[in-house]
Amino acid sequence: MRLLEYQAKSLFSDYSIPIPQGLTSTDIEQGRKDAAKLGYPFVIKAQMAVGGRGKAGAIQKCHNADEFELKYPEIMQKVVKGEKTKAILLEKMADIKKELYLSLFLNRSKRCYTIIASVEGGVEIESVKNQIIREVGLGDVDSKTAEEVGKEMGLKDKALAQFVDILKKLSKITVEKEAELAEINPLAVLKDDTLFALDGKVIIDDNAMFRHDELRKFQEVSELEERAEKSGFSLVELEGNIAVVGNGAGLVMSTLDMLSDHGGKPACFLDVGGGATTDTVYEALTLISKMKKVRGVLVNLYGGIVKTTTVATAFIKAFDNKIIDVPVFARMSGAEADKSKEMLKGSRTKMFDTIEEAINAAVIEVNKNG
Amino acid sequence: MADLFDLLIGKEGDKDYKKKPVIVQGITGKFGSFHTQQMLAYGTNIVAGVTPGKGGQKLEGVPIYENMKEAVSATGAKISIIFVPAKFFLGAAIEALEAGIKLLIAIPEHVPVKDALTVVDLAKKKDAIVVGPNTPGIIIPGVIKIGIMPASPFKPGRIAVISRSGTLMYEVSHHLSLANFGQSICFGIGGDPINGAPLIQAFDTIRDGANIDGVVVVGEIGGDAEEMLAQHIIDTKFDKPVVAYIAGRAAPKEKRMGHAGAIIYGTYGSAESKVSMYAKANVPVAKRPAEVPMLLAGKLGKGRNK
Repeated sequence: MRLLEYQAKSLFSDYSIPIPQGLTSTDIEQGRKDAAKLGYPFVIKAQMAVGGRGKAGAIQKCHNADEFELKYPEIMQKVVKGEKTKAILLEKMADIKKELYLSLFLNRSKRCYTIIASVEGGVEIESVKNQIIREVGLGDVDSKTAEEVGKEMGLKDKALAQFVDILKKLSKITVEKEAELAEINPLAVLKDDTLFALDGKVIIDDNAMFRHDELRKFQEVSELEERAEKSGFSLVELEGNIAVVGNGAGLVMSTLDMLSDHGGKPACFLDVGGGATTDTVYEALTLISKMKKVRGVLVNLYGGIVKTTTVATAFIKAFDNKIIDVPVFARMSGAEADKSKEMLKGSRTKMFDTIEEAINAAVIEVNKNG
Repeated sequence: MADLFDLLIGKEGDKDYKKKPVIVQGITGKFGSFHTQQMLAYGTNIVAGVTPGKGGQKLEGVPIYENMKEAVSATGAKISIIFVPAKFFLGAAIEALEAGIKLLIAIPEHVPVKDALTVVDLAKKKDAIVVGPNTPGIIIPGVIKIGIMPASPFKPGRIAVISRSGTLMYEVSHHLSLANFGQSICFGIGGDPINGAPLIQAFDTIRDGANIDGVVVVGEIGGDAEEMLAQHIIDTKFDKPVVAYIAGRAAPKEKRMGHAGAIIYGTYGSAESKVSMYAKANVPVAKRPAEVPMLLAGKLGKGRNK
């Protein structure tokens, strides 16, 4: 789960990492109240889970009420790299001398947590130069390590002491909240040499959420994604019009790739999990029926242990109950494939021996129907 | 590092050669009991199960014990497969490793990263191999199946398959089998960000196997395991043919695609990055699973395709 900037900052604040004074709203009326409380000038920041907001105009300075009335609605409407604005953070401006970079992240290949720090922050991590890197096991950072990193960055005196304090607190957040990434970028050095977190990005391990009820308030999944989660599925909604369903994340991704290669546009990624039963497939079709944009359903099931007739039964039930009114293109390997084909004859489900054939048919049919 | 083939098969002359004993943790659960039957049907020598509170009972004739210590001391097994829910995985894995298990197959999905790291750490100290979590397991076709994979896609042969995805391991093996490329071993490393045996380590445990003519690596977006493996193939001058497949070229950034590990941040974890590193290592990447045997036939020079 990726936290939005203001959510990450509220975590920082809980751990007394200094942050700028700011207020968050989701409509302009609340925004006006926030503006009055904060006082001009300030920065209007779109809250969205994506980098590069500054360049895209989703972060802008605001000097007076006239500007506010213009810019607040504009930023509320912003879409950056497909991400919409979820909320707006108004934040006091600061006198910045220098921008640093600091993060702790789960290093998958080294199988440990790793600190990355740099005196050249304020840009996306890929472009951060002169990175100082330290591996820190399960994420605990002691004073000695923190001080070494700070000194290597050329920090001294008050700034060094404050850096050590912030890094240790960031480590505490990582360990206690089970974050895969906790990033402060930029970590700003002000004119008076004090440090504070100008922006924050925190990603929590989804699998550890059962131990973190306190973070549930930040969880933002679409209604359908939540319903899918309850059924043990994983669902990612996409922009296209052909729903892609399969069992196993790898297989569904692979199907998405092949569909895109053939000029098809996936409407979603829906993994019903390793096994497939009449109930799971029926529930998957029910979820898909809630997506208005879907013009066809592409199903790729690696049966193996599962009998394909079990799955065919779900299709028939879905048509009978009028759950689904778009054509279904299915490839199923596994036991009793011939019998399933017989069962589905005359229905709107077409069965294919290979996924390539199913994709071809789906793309042609959906394009034909516009 | 313990030798994988030695643990799985043993040596000719061993009295349990090709019949290595296996313990099932969580044997009485719905999933555990179903797959115990499937594994027994395949010929895997399951000698014990563990479910706290059910010690003394039997399932499919397999005796159940209260804990791993009892099960291991009664059977001498070095291999265990875990079927417990994710929140109980940490406890089960520690119990197994402390009891002397040397090959631990970790089936559960949704294990927190912190728990996986803790188990990886302990396995290092105990010189044990952990496969998974979130793995379909390992199969040596015709000999032993320790996992949840269906038997039908696999057939005995001389190609090793290493996969980050379960169903894609079945799919690719299915296409290999159709093209007469049987498999010497199929190794699912798991779809999570942290693997007990990461891609490189899995590769190293099988690379010198006498019965391996070529290796197929089935990967997906997320992380940099493929990039590191490509570099490793270059550095160690591995000279048997390697063919790869990568799922997720069409996946959007920063969205978790089903597997906890399958997520792209910036360019980190992207398919392009993996394909370009593989190109440097002279490893062709298939566009779709059905293309894998064709590329392999090309690499082996003399296609065994009929």
